[in-house]
Amino acid sequence: MDIHHLVAMANQIADFFRTANPDRAAAVAATAQHLRDFWEPRMRREIIAHLAGGGGEGLNQIARDAVRVLESEASAKATG
Amino acid sequence: MLSKSDRDYGTPPRTSDRLVTLEVDGREVTVPEGTSVLRAAALADVAIPKLCATDALEPFGSCRLCLVQVEGRNGYPASCTTPAEPGMKVRTKSEMLERLRRGLMELYMSDHPPDRAACAGNGNCELHAMADVVGLGEVRYGGDGRNHLAARRDASNPYFAFDPARCIVCSRCVRACEEIQGTFALTIDGRGFNSVVSPSQHQPFLESECVSCGACVQACPTDALIEKSMLEKGVAARSVTTTCGYCGVGCSFKAEVKGDEIVRMLPHKDGMPNHGHACVKGRFAWGYATHPDRVLRPMVREGTSDAWREVSWEEAIGCAAKRLREIQAKYGLGSIGGITSSRCTNEETYLVQKMVRAAFGNNNVDTCARVCHSPTGYGLKTAFGTSAGTQDFDSVLHADVMLVTGCNPTDGHPVFASLMKRRLREGAKLIVADPRAIDLVRTPHIEAAYHLQLLPGTNVALINAITHVVLSEGLAKEDFVRERCEWPAYELWKKFILEKRNSPEVMAPLIGTPADQIRAAARLYATARNAVIYYGLGVTEHSQGSTMVLGMANLAMATGNLGREGVGVNPLRGQNNVQGSCDMGSFPHELTGYRHLSDAATRGSFEAAWGVKLDPEPGLRIPNMFDAALDGSFKGLYVEGEDIAQSDPNTHHVAAALSAMECVIVHDIFFNETAKFAHVFLPGSSFLEKDGTFTNSERRISRVRKVLPPMAGKADWEVTCELSTAFGYPMHYAHPCEIMEEIARLTPTFAGVSYEKLDRLGSVQWPCNDKAPAGTPVMHIGQFVRGKGRFVITEYIPTDEKTGPRFPLILTTGRILFQYNVGTQTRRTANVVWHHEDLLEIHPHDAEQRGVRDGAWVKISSRAGETTMRAQITERVPPGVVYTTFHHQSSGTNLVTTENSDWATNCPEYKVTAVQVMPAAGPGAHRAAGQGADARAAVDR
Repeated sequence: MDIHHLVAMANQIADFFRTANPDRAAAVAATAQHLRDFWEPRMRREIIAHLAGGGGEGLNQIARDAVRVLESEASAKATG
Repeated sequence: MLSKSDRDYGTPPRTSDRLVTLEVDGREVTVPEGTSVLRAAALADVAIPKLCATDALEPFGSCRLCLVQVEGRNGYPASCTTPAEPGMKVRTKSEMLERLRRGLMELYMSDHPPDRAACAGNGNCELHAMADVVGLGEVRYGGDGRNHLAARRDASNPYFAFDPARCIVCSRCVRACEEIQGTFALTIDGRGFNSVVSPSQHQPFLESECVSCGACVQACPTDALIEKSMLEKGVAARSVTTTCGYCGVGCSFKAEVKGDEIVRMLPHKDGMPNHGHACVKGRFAWGYATHPDRVLRPMVREGTSDAWREVSWEEAIGCAAKRLREIQAKYGLGSIGGITSSRCTNEETYLVQKMVRAAFGNNNVDTCARVCHSPTGYGLKTAFGTSAGTQDFDSVLHADVMLVTGCNPTDGHPVFASLMKRRLREGAKLIVADPRAIDLVRTPHIEAAYHLQLLPGTNVALINAITHVVLSEGLAKEDFVRERCEWPAYELWKKFILEKRNSPEVMAPLIGTPADQIRAAARLYATARNAVIYYGLGVTEHSQGSTMVLGMANLAMATGNLGREGVGVNPLRGQNNVQGSCDMGSFPHELTGYRHLSDAATRGSFEAAWGVKLDPEPGLRIPNMFDAALDGSFKGLYVEGEDIAQSDPNTHHVAAALSAMECVIVHDIFFNETAKFAHVFLPGSSFLEKDGTFTNSERRISRVRKVLPPMAGKADWEVTCELSTAFGYPMHYAHPCEIMEEIARLTPTFAGVSYEKLDRLGSVQWPCNDKAPAGTPVMHIGQFVRGKGRFVITEYIPTDEKTGPRFPLILTTGRILFQYNVGTQTRRTANVVWHHEDLLEIHPHDAEQRGVRDGAWVKISSRAGETTMRAQITERVPPGVVYTTFHHQSSGTNLVTTENSDWATNCPEYKVTAVQVMPAAGPGAHRAAGQGADARAAVDR
């Protein structure tokens, strides 16, 4: 899928939760949860791959950290 | 005229705690204080002759036919204007009364065409009925005197005719236009014998201010105003009560039928959403259902450049299932999906999502609510706990202040707009927040207290500024907040809102509305006894659509405007079943009743019922499907009742995505734009051809009843069942009532819904279950669905869609009364008389700068593409903003809209597109291409 589009969408989500939450950790958690709740797995896989493979170019800090959370979960799931 | 089967009590009901007991012809009757003698008599089963009186209108007392005698009083008062009083003894029959009535009727009949057989009412005509009631035989005056029999007939309106020769000047039409519709297009011109009904200034109906709602036609007691369809087809033999297939008001109608033909659609007097009213679309624009463009045979083709081949249902369904299975085998489980539509019934959308989840084995199902009200779902569920409007329509009659934002009710939801206008005429105040001067801003007897003419894209800035005033001026109802909402979240939110950057003075330059106007409007809303918010797609179709919904929820909670009549936060849904399609689990992340797939208990109940394991992960949303198609991972799509190629933004992108798929199955009543990319076409059935239910904007579930047999032989729900069965997951239901039984079993908010109950009660509003067996008109009384209401911080984040030197104007879009959505239905009716093309509204200043002339062709360019249409120079839009509708395929409005979308839901940002507008020599190439494509499609078939 168009990674620029996915990055823009993730940043939008992160922008909302950055401003809606009192602290950064909560914003990251809420962003990650939104991605879990509403993004189809291939979208999540691609944004994780974008972070893991390409350094996550274009992702803002909250989005980056949220994707990192998803990445850890995916790794943990993969390793059993 | 009314249907013969509708009982008319003469004057409207009254509500009062005090009761009055009187006697009518010796029968004792008790009625609420304020009830007329005419109505009291009717309630006592005593019929008093009448002509100018009808219970849809306030009493008028002009025909004098309803004269009665009251013991102890002199004279013969009109019973329609005489209030019932305690102990009153009324006589409705006496020799004198009969003589007076016969005399009156004789005068009426002396100026009426003598040929009774020629009366088109043919049995429904109240004039002739009353002549019979009073025992009028012949008319003694002859036909030689002055009369109106040669008056000129007005047949200008495509749907009804006015014959002044048959008019008795009872004013029912004029009063209906005023009291019911609120347009004030009609008047009685002249005095005495010269009195005539006049549309506007003696104009033909078509050229007048008349909006063709038909209330006058329905009110007319003779056949002076009559549907042309009745003139052509005669009086119906039977009627079927059903629900309109147009907007989210969901009006109830009696479809009157003769043989296999609709004679007319008569709004149902007992219909709760509409109380006997209708608009031009619902009442008159149903001809599309039998339009020759209907495709009635299934078709298949190998590739989109091949010619279509008509095949049997069996072959078409078999072919569709085989291709989808092959795609899945080749590209994986998630490579196919389905889209359903808000034009489908609840049962149909339920079946589509069931097929996708249970048969396809994924959650790639979405509905067209994605591109309209998905932010409503997110916002209201987050704040209140459920994704629906808080009130019933009638609640507006208790509102003292209405905040109307991002919706245009007189065009988009005309029947509800009439109810709003009635309340506004009674004295309620109105705040309109809209970039465009919609009709409600200033319309007969109504003027908005404030029109906050914000720039598109600044909704959140405005709601924050309004709320800043409420909090900073101590207008919040903190007692309500303490009791009903999460207090810590409120305190955090309050701190944010009170920051100076959210004040009207700081925000005003961004919003484009003077700060003092924002302050005044905020005070008006916050200090009202009951203040209510109504909104539409002007709220949701933004990059911050969900944030704005949350912002409005914050405002309503902070001011205590929730949980009773007259208040609330209410989305006006664009299509008839937007609410229902969302309720039915059509979104890819949730099952029926807005329960997320990740909830194991909910998922488990469906798994047990459906006998399959469900994927707990969310599926692709419509825009995600397009993106996935372009990257090659999504290859097959079933689309029921939705024209994504025309209605979704950035047409080039959508076309590329559809072209990249290997099997597109279109299930529709017409060969729409999406069908041009299809490999299988399955003929659909219109709302007149099937059973089911629709759920309107007020959560009201109403029956859709089969009026005519499906023209293509199958109702849509049957086709979905057969496709699922052919795919390998058998689905069998004998009737849609069985589908509803399954929905009720699996959905707590629908647990008490059944066809039997709907037949008995007429309709119910969910939640409908053990706690509320008759449904729930007003939600969140005493407690929110989620427990405590949740305040959410709503930072204004400007859209990425910026204006600049290349694209200096903002294009925003909307709809018009006479057309509906992408025009598939209304373009195939006589409604094109009023609106045959989309126009670009542009402010005189912007037009002057560009040398654009009124009516001339202009080119509209954006980052996504370009199109052409004619300009309409108007001050309805402010400088810097242009506006158009999207009802005509040839306009290509979505060639210029972009894929920007709401952060939470991917609802497209239709309302903000940076464009340039320049004069054009003529229509652009896409127009010829589009029109040609229609013709080609027809030839191919």
